[in-house]
Amino acid sequence: MTLSDELTQDAISVGAHAEDWRDAVRQAGDLLTATGVATDDYTDEMIATVEKLGPYIVLAPGVALAHSRPSPAVQRAGIGWLQLAEPVEFGHEKNDPVWLVVALAALDHDGHLGLMSSLAAVLGDTDLLASLRDADSPARVLEILTTTGNEGPAS
Amino acid sequence: MKIVAVCGMGIGTSVLLKMNAEKALRALGKDADVEAADIGTARGAARSAEIVLTSAELAPEIGEVPAKVIVIDNFMDVAEITEKLTPFLS
Repeated sequence: MTLSDELTQDAISVGAHAEDWRDAVRQAGDLLTATGVATDDYTDEMIATVEKLGPYIVLAPGVALAHSRPSPAVQRAGIGWLQLAEPVEFGHEKNDPVWLVVALAALDHDGHLGLMSSLAAVLGDTDLLASLRDADSPARVLEILTTTGNEGPAS
Repeated sequence: MKIVAVCGMGIGTSVLLKMNAEKALRALGKDADVEAADIGTARGAARSAEIVLTSAELAPEIGEVPAKVIVIDNFMDVAEITEKLTPFLS
């Protein structure tokens, strides 16, 4: 399972407006809920994770990977893709502000590795991220992700 | 050589950090075993590891361990991980 296989237009939101980081994580979680990946409880858990452990989920400049642990609130592995019109602060020392929140749900610790290596290839490519930041529709996000051919682990 | 990548939950950020650390090690031609761990199991995992990779927020949570704790700012930046790992790879 790679990123472009997994993502559907229903799980992508572009040009979203968020009040603050909690709102941004909630909206990213709503994409998981809308696509049957997880329930609202999982969204609450993602927010609680940041409240408890800090904004470490902002793993690269401008990019947050919202997630919690595998729980009964997760129905299947999947992701939601929330691109913000105006970046929000998560309180991260180096990587604020955040324009992209990827919400991740997993059933266990290693059943989603194909998805993760595909995600790593995308989030590690600054040129690709720049074009994703300019994407003006979910279809365009998918098109960019599909045409980059991020198939399997990058060498 | 054992390296542990630590994040809060062990399914997301630490998995990406592990993958990028493996890329950095391959580029350096070094052989090491990299595992992802959540903060709950990190202390135990860190006892048997030489190096721990984590974020600035989580580093204090790991506490006193014999391993060298390296803080990575950008988990997606293989160059940063390579640069910070290099001094500790014999």
